[in-house]
Amino acid sequence: MEEHSFPLNAWYAAAWDVEVGRSLLARKICGKPVVMYRRQDGAAVALADACWHRLLPLSKGELHGDNVICGYHGLEFDDTGRCVYMPSQDTINPSACVTSFPVVERHRFIWIWPGDPALADPDLVPDLHWNDDPKWAADGKVIHVMCNYRLVIDNLMDLTHETYVHGSSIGNRAVAEAPFTVSHGEGRATVTRWMADIDPPPFWRAQLGKPGNVDRWQIINFEAPATIAIDVGVAPVGTGAPDGDRSQGVNGFVLNTITPETESTCHYFWAFARNYRLSEQARTHELREGVATIFREDELILEAQQKAIEENPDHIFYNLNIDAGSMWARKLIDKMILEENSAKAAAE
Amino acid sequence: MKGRQEWRGAVVTRAQSIADGIRLIEFAVEGGLPPFEPGSHVSVEVMIEGAPAIRSYTCVSSDAGHIRLAVKRHENSRGGSRFMWTLVEGARLRITLPENRFALSWRASSYLLLAGGIGITPIYGMAKALSVRARPVRLAYAASTRGELAFAGELSELMGTDAEFFVSEEGRRIDLAAEFAELPPDGEAYICGPLGMLNAAKAAWAATGRPSSRLRFEVFGDSGERPEVPFSVEIAGIGKRVDVASDQSLLDALNAAGVDMIWDCLRGECGLCAVDIVELNGELDHRDVFFSDEEKREQRRMCTCVSRLAGGSAIIDTGYRKS
Repeated sequence: MEEHSFPLNAWYAAAWDVEVGRSLLARKICGKPVVMYRRQDGAAVALADACWHRLLPLSKGELHGDNVICGYHGLEFDDTGRCVYMPSQDTINPSACVTSFPVVERHRFIWIWPGDPALADPDLVPDLHWNDDPKWAADGKVIHVMCNYRLVIDNLMDLTHETYVHGSSIGNRAVAEAPFTVSHGEGRATVTRWMADIDPPPFWRAQLGKPGNVDRWQIINFEAPATIAIDVGVAPVGTGAPDGDRSQGVNGFVLNTITPETESTCHYFWAFARNYRLSEQARTHELREGVATIFREDELILEAQQKAIEENPDHIFYNLNIDAGSMWARKLIDKMILEENSAKAAAE
Repeated sequence: MKGRQEWRGAVVTRAQSIADGIRLIEFAVEGGLPPFEPGSHVSVEVMIEGAPAIRSYTCVSSDAGHIRLAVKRHENSRGGSRFMWTLVEGARLRITLPENRFALSWRASSYLLLAGGIGITPIYGMAKALSVRARPVRLAYAASTRGELAFAGELSELMGTDAEFFVSEEGRRIDLAAEFAELPPDGEAYICGPLGMLNAAKAAWAATGRPSSRLRFEVFGDSGERPEVPFSVEIAGIGKRVDVASDQSLLDALNAAGVDMIWDCLRGECGLCAVDIVELNGELDHRDVFFSDEEKREQRRMCTCVSRLAGGSAIIDTGYRKS
């Protein structure tokens, strides 16, 4: 049986909604080459990106109505992946079809299910509603990161690194010094960190627009296998944020969902959502570009880490207390993989 | 051009009759077996008159690590089913890992499954998988006699009234037009059965105006409108005469006679083994799905892997030119 570091029976973000349109977009998802496009009625389609006949990627062909025409010999496939035209013959070989992946468009992402299509329940799409909720203003990007997707999850499940990787923007000593708590449930893990009465880092000072010390929070919500919504914000000290009254503060959500591409590369989809100054489109733009700059710092670390892992194949990770969140995430992912493999083994 | 097929050793763990003319043969496969989907098939190395030959059989849903095949004994078997029927528990042979070219989409709002005779083999697994996962599904399963229905008990138990049986001896036939009319517009139909049933279904489906891609079928290429009888062909440009026995395909006979041929699917799908008919002194029994009805009526070409003459002779042209 093939061993992967990721489950296949899960929804993975394959693209931002705006990336998929009336042209062919090729992207590898969980090791599977996929071609995506929209039908004339707007519905997104994801087909295996290899022609049934001679395996030329269909993405090198063209879109014709709701169908894809292979760019080699003109075989035409409809949006269900069935061949509907073959050159120089009157009939169509009954075996001719390519895989059509289950697709759901939600929270501004195109989600696909690379595993057993019979299990693809749209209710299981991870919750990233902040990305298109009118009470929030959000935008983001996708980064092609040259590392295993779990390294990105490690990175997000422990924000101690902010102090060292993002010292000039969102990190300061307080993050590395504050204690945190970890909880876990079915397919979920949460790391909560409150930093009481601190001098906010420059980024948060600017977002709050008020002087003085703050109470700062970071609540990292992991949803297996690869989605992390981080509830972040600051409120003037003494206004009751730790007790649930955030009304005097500013609240953001860092939305992350990471899609394995191969064992050593991934597509990292992220967005930043805020619940203040919703109509300021310029702020939305600036936040997106600002976060992109911050994440570029992570990207350099992650790629260097992946390279070092490959250069030290026998070295096993040491874990620290700060890794509790990522250890829970890994345990929950491993559980999904184990269940998937044992279901496969027991399958009729 | 298929990917490499992986051959494995296999041992027969069960061989028993499950319906009139149908034997269930179960194999344990060496080195483990990945789970396979309904609609999958395997190739089996059979022995025909002491020589190995390869035959393809659809897998019936099986217990983990096992492959089950339901094999119908054909009166004019080319030797494949005759060999399979000789298998007893403990017999060893070689088999490929399952491959699927008749997969369920899992994308339709509802499914209509149509089976005729031994065509139940892929349909049974589909019915089971869809029912277990509570998808809307109806099965219409036709056979000549009640005794020829395989898996009828299991299917009734699993599907209740969603499984209906049509025994022609009892005067009941599937009303294809009515079945298709009941299927919602985005429903899909999957059919496996004899060529006559398939052709009737294709025509009825076309008449509904539904997209042809929502009717999926698998063919065995082993049934036609006429019985298998010996015939002969003469090959234009070579001058060789080849006799084809009733249990032999034209392609096998040509190969045995040293006539250079190309082929791939051996089920009448790909059209690679087709030859031109120069002169016909007999009746053609087209058994392929490669040629259209119109092309079949023209009687200018035939697929040698499955199609034959219902007696008589023909002059064919394999495309060989001396210079």
